[in-house]
Amino acid sequence: MTDLLDVEDLWVRFPTRTGMFDAVRGVSFRLGRERLGIVGESGSGKSMTGRAILRLIRPPGQVDATHIKLDGENLLDKSEVEMRAVRGNRISMVMQDPKFSLNPVMTVGEQLIEAYQLHARGGQAEARKRAIEMLEAVSIRDAERVMRAHPHEMSGGMGQRIMIAMMLIPDPELLIADEPTSALDVSVQGQVLQIMDKLVQDRGMGLIFISHDLNLVAQFCDRVLIMYAGRVVETCDAHKLHEAQHPYTRGLLNSLPRFDAPQKRLEVLKRDPAWAEVPSVGPRA
Amino acid sequence: MSALSFQGLNVWFGEGRDRVDAVKDASFEVAPGESFGLVGESGSGKSTIMRALTGLAPHWSGHMSVNDRPVGRRRDRTFYKTVQMVFQDPYASLHPRLSVDQVLSEVLWLHGFGDIEPRIERLLDDVGLGPSFRFRYPHQLSGGQRQRVAIARALAPEPSILLLDEPTSALDVSVQAEILNLLADLRTEHNLTFLMVSHDLAVVAHMCERIAVMQAGEIVEVLGVEEMRAMKPQHPYTLSLLEASLGYRRESA
Repeated sequence: MTDLLDVEDLWVRFPTRTGMFDAVRGVSFRLGRERLGIVGESGSGKSMTGRAILRLIRPPGQVDATHIKLDGENLLDKSEVEMRAVRGNRISMVMQDPKFSLNPVMTVGEQLIEAYQLHARGGQAEARKRAIEMLEAVSIRDAERVMRAHPHEMSGGMGQRIMIAMMLIPDPELLIADEPTSALDVSVQGQVLQIMDKLVQDRGMGLIFISHDLNLVAQFCDRVLIMYAGRVVETCDAHKLHEAQHPYTRGLLNSLPRFDAPQKRLEVLKRDPAWAEVPSVGPRA
Repeated sequence: MSALSFQGLNVWFGEGRDRVDAVKDASFEVAPGESFGLVGESGSGKSTIMRALTGLAPHWSGHMSVNDRPVGRRRDRTFYKTVQMVFQDPYASLHPRLSVDQVLSEVLWLHGFGDIEPRIERLLDDVGLGPSFRFRYPHQLSGGQRQRVAIARALAPEPSILLLDEPTSALDVSVQAEILNLLADLRTEHNLTFLMVSHDLAVVAHMCERIAVMQAGEIVEVLGVEEMRAMKPQHPYTLSLLEASLGYRRESA
């Protein structure tokens, strides 16, 4: 199987007053047509990894890597203009909070039509038709009304589904979802996940699912990278996450309150400075 | 004797055709020393009950009482000395230009305490922050440390009832464990009564003895934590909520 995405030795650095800060330190992984989860605490570099793939890190931030290959093409060699053809068209990203990623002064329909026309040469009527189809694909009933509505009239769950619809219009090969369900209720979360799951299965799309929710990732993804302080400390099959070996992963899992079994006290994660020092786990480990 | 009592509480926002009934005919009681949880989807009215009690949602009808004293339109100082609230987002609930010292001394001064100095030190100690945190500003604190300051602020008037509105939903799981342990310790130490809102059923099951399940402004069921853990609720909505919270199950094709 050829890899959809192949990232080798990725570093993201930010200059600060006290010297270089390494947000991502030597991360390597490969992705086929599967659901890859990236988990870790806030500040562990998981979102930065996602952004670096799309080259969305702005100066003074720096991105270095041996390569970031999408279907064998190195994204780092592309010019800014060429990158624009990759973003959206081939790799899409869904951000955490729909409130901040939709334009508040445009109707949902206008935004969806704009997204379509940017990526495909098509008439207004064609764009409209596709937009409504996409809204229906993310199980929004009453798509006609939603097209006329502004983002503030939508609930969080609907907003997030609209974002996903917008990302899917160009039919990307890879979707990077950065905490797509963190702002949503459990019941809506299930629907959004189902939509993404279906797209991976039906369209053969690759998915990078960034989340801090270990249980969710264990249930939803095929494979998981666990990040700590900018490094991948462990990678494992998602359904084996609960048998993970690394003390950090164990600590995170143990600090969760359990629904099925009452505990007297929750275990508190004890950090070992050595975790941050060991090199990242490689793609084939 | 009940620490908190709600009888036929209605809360609404807006007027005329814009009127939204956020809480409809809610009744429940919380015994002194008990920890009571409110769960439900967003918009189901769980936070609104707390906000109505503290006076942050002005339009309500029905009956609310604290330690068997009815709550009126105007709340006196004893009310705020008894009931304190910890908010969801520690990034938003602390004044960015006030140091920890200023935040705590303002509350202590408002409640008429004389010995502010030693009290601040004791409060910081209670929530596991050393004296070195006293003159820091919120931007110099992590999310977990901010939530500790917010808890210290709530504890300052020596309340007997704490309202916790999603106290850990903005925090990492490792930090969440620290804060939940801290809250459990404080509850034993100070004999506190908790009313807690959370969308995370595992957190509520860990913290609370009884749980009210809300849907669209109504309390559909009040159940004990044992029934909840055993997945044996009376109401079908509770069951669907429990199942959804257990996580994602792939649909079999």
